[in-house]
Amino acid sequence: MSSILIIEQILNGLQFGVMLFLMAAGLTLIFGVMGLINLAHGSLYMVGAFAAAAVAGVTGSFFLGLIAALAAAALAGAIIEMVVIRRLYDAAHLDQVLATFALILIFSEGTRWIFGSFPLFLNIPEALSGPVSLPGGIEYPLYRLTLILIGMAVAGGLWLLIERTRIGIQIRAGENDREMIAALGVDISKLYTLVFALGAALAGLAGALVGAIQSVQVGMGEPVLILAFVVIVIGGIGSIRGAFIGALLVGLTDTLGGVFLPELFKLFMDTGAAQKSGSAIASMGIYILMGLVLIWRPTGLFGARA
Amino acid sequence: MTLDERYINGLVLIGLLALPLWALATDEPFTITLVTRAVILALAAVGLNLILGIGGMVSFGHAVFFGIGGYAMGILAYHAQTYTALDLGFFETDGTNSMPVIWLVAMIMSAIVAFFIGLLSLRTSGVYFIMITLAFGQMFFYFAISWAQYGGEDGLSIYVRNGFPGLNTLVPIQFFGICFALLCIVLFLFSRLQSSPFGLALNAARQTNARVETVGLNPMHLKLLAFVISGAITGLAGALFADLNRFVSPTMFSWQLSGELIVLIIIGGVGRLMGPVIGACVFVALEHFLGELTEFWHVYLGIILLCIVLFGRGGLIGLLTGKEGAHV
Repeated sequence: MSSILIIEQILNGLQFGVMLFLMAAGLTLIFGVMGLINLAHGSLYMVGAFAAAAVAGVTGSFFLGLIAALAAAALAGAIIEMVVIRRLYDAAHLDQVLATFALILIFSEGTRWIFGSFPLFLNIPEALSGPVSLPGGIEYPLYRLTLILIGMAVAGGLWLLIERTRIGIQIRAGENDREMIAALGVDISKLYTLVFALGAALAGLAGALVGAIQSVQVGMGEPVLILAFVVIVIGGIGSIRGAFIGALLVGLTDTLGGVFLPELFKLFMDTGAAQKSGSAIASMGIYILMGLVLIWRPTGLFGARA
Repeated sequence: MTLDERYINGLVLIGLLALPLWALATDEPFTITLVTRAVILALAAVGLNLILGIGGMVSFGHAVFFGIGGYAMGILAYHAQTYTALDLGFFETDGTNSMPVIWLVAMIMSAIVAFFIGLLSLRTSGVYFIMITLAFGQMFFYFAISWAQYGGEDGLSIYVRNGFPGLNTLVPIQFFGICFALLCIVLFLFSRLQSSPFGLALNAARQTNARVETVGLNPMHLKLLAFVISGAITGLAGALFADLNRFVSPTMFSWQLSGELIVLIIIGGVGRLMGPVIGACVFVALEHFLGELTEFWHVYLGIILLCIVLFGRGGLIGLLTGKEGAHV
């Protein structure tokens, strides 16, 4: 086990983590501001990936594909907010779960209807393919490194948006007291649509970026959605900072667990058994992490104290 | 026009019994299998309805217990089928082909797991509870996938349906009879439980924890007990479902299944005795008839669900009786 391998795996974990953050940030923002649990967030991720793959396939430009992903996901988000989600803000969580579950069915099967059951492929752009040499003699795929940088940049941008702009002030005020900011003359329903579209665009961006290293297919959003739920439960629902820390924790735990647990088990087991039980435990690693965090803090690391 | 809920309940049970008998007379075994599927899904959803409808706990991970029931059947029958010993360390068995034993194991295992999941998840409430139960579901799903000894991702096929003393379970109508009888027993227990002091206290805990505490009861204990009973019922349904298909796979743990169980209850009516039963019948009928019309029937299911949530509070029973809430 060389240090190069360890650093590579840490980078992989970071890359996975920041992509999870893009998903989790939207979810936690939507929950924090509107009090809505949105299962259809994974569908927006899928919409982004499909839009990117379709546009990049036609034009040959990955960059245009990314723009299409952002636009399509934001548009889809704005439409479902105005048609369906808006009616659910005052509804019970059960109704929200069910309605957004229905949206998943509609989005998934609708996409299958349009694009068929076969996965689409989105190629990594020429300029970003191939490895890059990092200090210390580490060769690492340039595209994955770019993903880490994009994720970090988006996290920074989101922080600026929320802490330093007028919209951000309104969003934070909306989390605290929606009646009051409506009374102060902020058009609350426009603000909600905006926040929802912003969250959707982040999900679409994540879908398009990850779509280039995995295949673009129906149902790709739900596993990521559930991981994003784990992230925001760990971080504390409604907290962007919590989502960031939680996403990195989950990304690193999942990646490093899958590689190192079997190695660890080999110290006191024979190789075959260690491989089996190591990977079985590793696949449950993030859920165990979540359980531990909840025993310690039932509302997550940065959640409001109950 | 509105109907009394008791008449609806009676009609549904009679219809559920009459349809397979009619199918038997006209020699359509597939219809019997279809109704059996509805009965088993109904049984699983009755289990969930106990905590969702009465206790107000939205568990998005009830497929865990369905899957545990399924794997209890799969593992026991697999060892009996291959004549290999199942060594648990403190206890060794050759597996079994007997349904009652399998049911008992399925229910006990589900109850034990429900106790631990409940202990952790019930520390939280609301959205946290929904997400945590969902995450536990995924945890079991991935564990089942990586459990190579029992088929991993491919699952386990059991070639002969397990036996019940005095019956030939491979005859569809006899297997239906077993499932229907179990459903009736559980529905009876549910209705007794609903009006028992425990059920009333649980109902109160759904509304306000503080009031329950004031009269000297511990809401956490009430909810945990309900969660365990609920898990055991859904586990029993899982064992039956595995026997219906003679196949177990990790999809029994999938989050879609957890979602569908909630959907069944909402279609029929939350907290109603027969809500899950009506929901399961409608769901299986939709799946069958829409599935024949188009491969993409989930789109229509989604649209129907959306309409139920947005416009039809109270589900089908609410619509028929003209009463929105079950708790009036």
